[in-house]
Amino acid sequence: MADASGDDDGTPMPWPAHLDLPVDSDVPEGARPVVHQGAAGALRERWDILLAIAAGGALGSLARWAVSRGWDHTARQMPWSTWVENVTGAFALGLLMVLIVDLWPRTRYLRPFLGVGLLGGYTTFSTYMLDTRLLLAAGEVPMAFVYLFGTLLTGLLAVWIGMMSARGVVSAAAQRARGSGRRSGSGPKGRAGR
Amino acid sequence: MTVVLVLVGGAVGAPLRYLTDLFVQSRHDSVLPWGTVIVNVAGSLILGATASAVVNSGAHSWLLTLVGTGFCGALTTFSTFGFETVRLLEKGSWVEALLNVTLSLAAGMLAVLAGWALVSAMW
Repeated sequence: MADASGDDDGTPMPWPAHLDLPVDSDVPEGARPVVHQGAAGALRERWDILLAIAAGGALGSLARWAVSRGWDHTARQMPWSTWVENVTGAFALGLLMVLIVDLWPRTRYLRPFLGVGLLGGYTTFSTYMLDTRLLLAAGEVPMAFVYLFGTLLTGLLAVWIGMMSARGVVSAAAQRARGSGRRSGSGPKGRAGR
Repeated sequence: MTVVLVLVGGAVGAPLRYLTDLFVQSRHDSVLPWGTVIVNVAGSLILGATASAVVNSGAHSWLLTLVGTGFCGALTTFSTFGFETVRLLEKGSWVEALLNVTLSLAAGMLAVLAGWALVSAMW
């Protein structure tokens, strides 16, 4: 995957090197055709994946509950706890997805447990909507809009920063691998690794 | 007790999101992540209804912990919504990214309002 950057001149990887990163972080592309057998087929074939997701979802929900409980807010206050959960979870998913796709593509349970389960359960869209509704109902209209669009913008930025950080790690690792490959004189084919 | 309700709700909600996404994504080939849109809107509807039942209609608050914090919290996801939007932007699918954001927020808000209003009108 890192080879898509081309030359061995040590330049950082350009965007297109990562276009194989999926849009949907929950369901890998290759996993889709199986579902034509129906939900029962998916349950039979992937009960272990579903268990990993359930375990992650339970723990992520518990973490979200713990943060919200320790940081309560009334209907007239900015729901900082939900904001923090969503933005930190978004950052972590951006980071995780790049690392999984570029560094650990062979792991079976990492993405279901951490990505779909833990971070999916830790972040929440429904409470984000309910918080906004409660602020609107309390007459805090400007705060409701700041919260609605503020969460959106900072959340998207957090995903992007997470992805960029992980790409930095990945390209540093690729550069190290290239460097050692050159020293051992194995040439381009010698660093095929996988 | 509260911890158990959150754990159980989360353990059911997250796999249901995955199954819904599998089911939805295998049945269309559009660029928009419909699976996530659907779970987020459905979860917002259910949470609006549940919160209304507890606040307006005297339902016991454990219902909000189990169904709201646990189930709806895990069924819906902000991280995947954000990730999918950023990926669409990176791919240059600006229109789809904007559509994903607009659709998710507008339908999500309508759903939470509708769920709330429906329950307080009925009970």
